[in-house]
Amino acid sequence: MNELQSSKKEYLIIAVCGILAGLFGAILVKYGNPKNMGFCIACFIRDTAGALGLHTAAKVQYIRPEIIGLVLGAFGTALFRKEFKPRGGSSPITRFVIAFFVMVGCLMFLGCPLRMTLRIAGGDLNAIVGLAGFIVGILIGIIFLKKGFSLKRAYSQTAVEGGTMPVVQIALFILLIAAPAFIYFSAEGPGASHAPVLLSLIAGLTVGGMAQLSRLCMVGGIRDFVLFREKRLLIGFLVLLATAFIINLCLGNFNPGFTGQPIAHNDGLWNFMGMLLVGYGCVLLGGCPLRQLVLSGEGNSDSAITVLGLLVGAAFCHNFGLASSADSVTSAGKIGVIIGLCVITIIAIINTKKSKA
Amino acid sequence: MIDTCGLSCPEPVIMVKKAMESGEDSYTVVTDNRTSFENISRFANHQGFSVSSENKGDTYTIYLERKK
Repeated sequence: MNELQSSKKEYLIIAVCGILAGLFGAILVKYGNPKNMGFCIACFIRDTAGALGLHTAAKVQYIRPEIIGLVLGAFGTALFRKEFKPRGGSSPITRFVIAFFVMVGCLMFLGCPLRMTLRIAGGDLNAIVGLAGFIVGILIGIIFLKKGFSLKRAYSQTAVEGGTMPVVQIALFILLIAAPAFIYFSAEGPGASHAPVLLSLIAGLTVGGMAQLSRLCMVGGIRDFVLFREKRLLIGFLVLLATAFIINLCLGNFNPGFTGQPIAHNDGLWNFMGMLLVGYGCVLLGGCPLRQLVLSGEGNSDSAITVLGLLVGAAFCHNFGLASSADSVTSAGKIGVIIGLCVITIIAIINTKKSKA
Repeated sequence: MIDTCGLSCPEPVIMVKKAMESGEDSYTVVTDNRTSFENISRFANHQGFSVSSENKGDTYTIYLERKK
């Protein structure tokens, strides 16, 4: 295959991935997921944390099959393509801490970068403010990348280390279906709004598989364009946005405005700051929460640790009142975001090698 | 030789980009995952290099030659 054909094929794959993610994002809402939340990695990990009793916010507890599907879809595709490579050891605890604060930022804004995109597609103008913060955060992260920031090398690991995350997802699926008494399921609120299990699982499997194939990453698109003028991942981001926008228009779900948006607040400063923290942290982690799930399915235990950081961060946010609600942001959340920015900056400085004299 | 093994996105490409600032006509890059291999190859193509590679197990050796 020549270079032009290869390049065309890559663009086609990322575009198809963007279309499927946007399409399933809209379908999942039509069949029961909260509005503008066909996919939200942060919200869904938070809901799963609640279902496992890691926090007690009664309205956000449900084992989300989309997360299970995303990891297992990536796992299956990686196995099929011989890309399942257990590896890890690249600053795992540092990654955990960064991921923890990325979740603090997500729950300040009320969404991960993927939901931010779906919120924009639904007409939520607060998400455009979030996007501005997200871009600024990415740009700050890029400054450190250019100066030599690194979380150091990862090394080969055992199959058990790489396979744990997919196995955990199967266990979660069994818990979801068996629904034992110790698993919490919301009776009302966002946690009670969900599409049928099978549809959610298929959506996750499909998008997870395609995201493994295409390397779709909400952070990578903007980052690679700024760093290398590389457009491929950005095209995935834009196609996803356009697809969800068109479907929302067709279904009458496009309602432009700042107020009255589903599961969103309109505090501009903290929408901006929350997503700034997310963009900044995700650049240092090497990918957005979606990408971390996909990599954990490929056997990357550093990404598995990152997902655990997101999980614990979500539980902490709800146990200690950091998470925003549709009505307002909280003082604890604001303090959490500021601490997060400080901690991530310290990590960035310490892990940036001094240029040789 | 530029050794990018074990480094995560986008560090390998940044290393290659920085190395290219030296203005040499050829570089050899080693990586141990397909994503980095694809990203480095794509970047080098856009920078006007021809790309050839060898793959042994998990290791990719990428040869970049500046197109005349």
